[in-house]
Amino acid sequence: MELLSNLAVGFSVALSPYTLMLAVIGCFAGTIVGALPGLGPSNGVAIMIPLAFTLGLDATASLVLLTSVYYGAMYGGRISSILLNIPGDEPALMTTLDGYPMAKQGRAGDALVISGVASFVGAFFATIGLMLLAPVLARVAYLFGPAEYFALYLLAFATLGGMASKNQAKAALASCLGLGIAMIGLDTTTGMPRFTFGNMHLMDGIDFLVAIVGLFAVAEVFFFIESHGKSSAIGVKLGKITIPLRDLKKSTVAMARSTVIGFVAGVLPGAGASLGSFLAYMSEKSMGRGGVPMGTGNPRGVAAPEAGNNAAAGGALVPMLTLGVPGSGTTAVLLALLMTLNITPGPTLFTDRPEVVWGLIASLLIANIVLLIMNVPLVKVFVKVLMVPPWVLLPGVMMVSFVGIYSLTGSYFDLLLMVGFGVLGYVLRKLDVPTVPVILGILLGNSMEEALRRAMVLSDGDWTYLFSSGIAIGLWTAAVAGFVAPIFLRKFLRKPVIAPADKIID
Amino acid sequence: MIKSDRILGLVTILVALAYIASAFQIQASFLTDPVGSKTFPILIGAVAALCGLVIFARPDPDPDWPEMSGWLRLALATAVMVGYAYSLKPFGFVLTTAFAAAALSWMIQPRIGTAVVTGIGLSAGLYALFKFVLGLGLKPWPAAFTG
Repeated sequence: MELLSNLAVGFSVALSPYTLMLAVIGCFAGTIVGALPGLGPSNGVAIMIPLAFTLGLDATASLVLLTSVYYGAMYGGRISSILLNIPGDEPALMTTLDGYPMAKQGRAGDALVISGVASFVGAFFATIGLMLLAPVLARVAYLFGPAEYFALYLLAFATLGGMASKNQAKAALASCLGLGIAMIGLDTTTGMPRFTFGNMHLMDGIDFLVAIVGLFAVAEVFFFIESHGKSSAIGVKLGKITIPLRDLKKSTVAMARSTVIGFVAGVLPGAGASLGSFLAYMSEKSMGRGGVPMGTGNPRGVAAPEAGNNAAAGGALVPMLTLGVPGSGTTAVLLALLMTLNITPGPTLFTDRPEVVWGLIASLLIANIVLLIMNVPLVKVFVKVLMVPPWVLLPGVMMVSFVGIYSLTGSYFDLLLMVGFGVLGYVLRKLDVPTVPVILGILLGNSMEEALRRAMVLSDGDWTYLFSSGIAIGLWTAAVAGFVAPIFLRKFLRKPVIAPADKIID
Repeated sequence: MIKSDRILGLVTILVALAYIASAFQIQASFLTDPVGSKTFPILIGAVAALCGLVIFARPDPDPDWPEMSGWLRLALATAVMVGYAYSLKPFGFVLTTAFAAAALSWMIQPRIGTAVVTGIGLSAGLYALFKFVLGLGLKPWPAAFTG
């Protein structure tokens, strides 16, 4: 029972009072971040990273804190979906379809409880899935040489980009932009400066935390300034919270099915939580028989997408931990955290730093239980937070981002760079160029180049080496398919439009 | 009216070409490998240029750009942030933050009173949070105040 002994190691790390406290703080902050419209999980984690560093947390502690924020944000997204008809983050979009109608019928409390339980089911079983699948995948990953890794990185860009934008050319451009930025600084192999234009500040390259906080958090502030922060104000009153046992029982099957769908969607590189919740809802819709039609306040329509998106959140950690290739935008940000902590994700992580991996898994299980308590009986606390007006919230976010980056690097140049990335993020998102591939490019650029160069050293400059193994060819095929398929599937995968909501953010 | 995507495509092509040109300038090192320092950046530039061409040739419908007043507010917000970045070190945290937060708050909700209260509140609250809870070594005042 290797698994159980591993888990015991994990709990011995994660159950210390200090890490438990961090998990509670992380869950609380995460749920708030998720619930606030416009601040998604990637934003939340990105803002917290510099703070975790300035607190001087060690690797396990910062991982516990930030994954709690991550899971918390996934739980929190549903709150504003249900009460305001504004998704708190993108994966929570599908929850508005049945959640808001339920709230209008005076069943907001029921919807919150059902979705909270569904989130728990999805996240909890996905974490168990992660526990079982990750070590297996880690063993497979030992077979990967540089050629396979190069193809794998390409696959991540292809699928993430393919899903993220309506225009493949723009998605590819976003990846190139990120990769191009990653090249700035000293060449890791030869030590020669590239694209620094003699600027000393650029010698070390561009810190990806600066880029992440700029592209996500600062760009968000620009969007709010443009829209005058119109998307506040409580839509629906929340009555007394009771547990709707009958509805919960009726949606058990929906939750189980959606958990499986969501987990698989999460494990696929690039697909992530939005696809998980989308597929879960759609399959529930096609299978639904009897009862209230979906879209008019059906409890199963609340349970399915929430189980799906939380399961995908757990699933997305699998490729991130075992291969170093994130499955979603937020796991890309978590990868940035690992890299800053000098932890290289990949198969060796499981043998070299078992306490990190298993501590993380144990803390995810703990975080889930904490989140269930916070999000079902205590959900009213978070509803209060939704009333913080944007003209207080957004300047606050701004200042935390500035101080976080400043205390991390102590240089005004990085602050200017962050503002620059904010402007860039605003323009890109306006033009429907996705920003997540940019982040992925900055994160993976150097590893991708190194994989290419190592492959070429091994083959003495023979480019056909890139296609020389079965795994590599499979990955290349998947990459091409993942990039091209959304063009044809777009007709079927069209996201439903939510009628009265002002806008969709993040 | 020129579509925004045509401009995006054109800018992309130009930047990509400049990037490729600059990649050719990278100096070779005595440590060599079959690929070298230039190949990968040139590859990226080439793909980006191709994307630029496609975007230029097949532009999407235009997004809803803000009106003139919206642009003005965005430019002002950028200026405030840049000013904040430059003044954080010489002028300390408290005064600069109060000013910057108030300015941003005013741009989201143009009411002077709320903005001033927000600015002062955020500055004081965040300073307390950073200093006493998180233990960051922030300088609160300009050096001239404390001598």
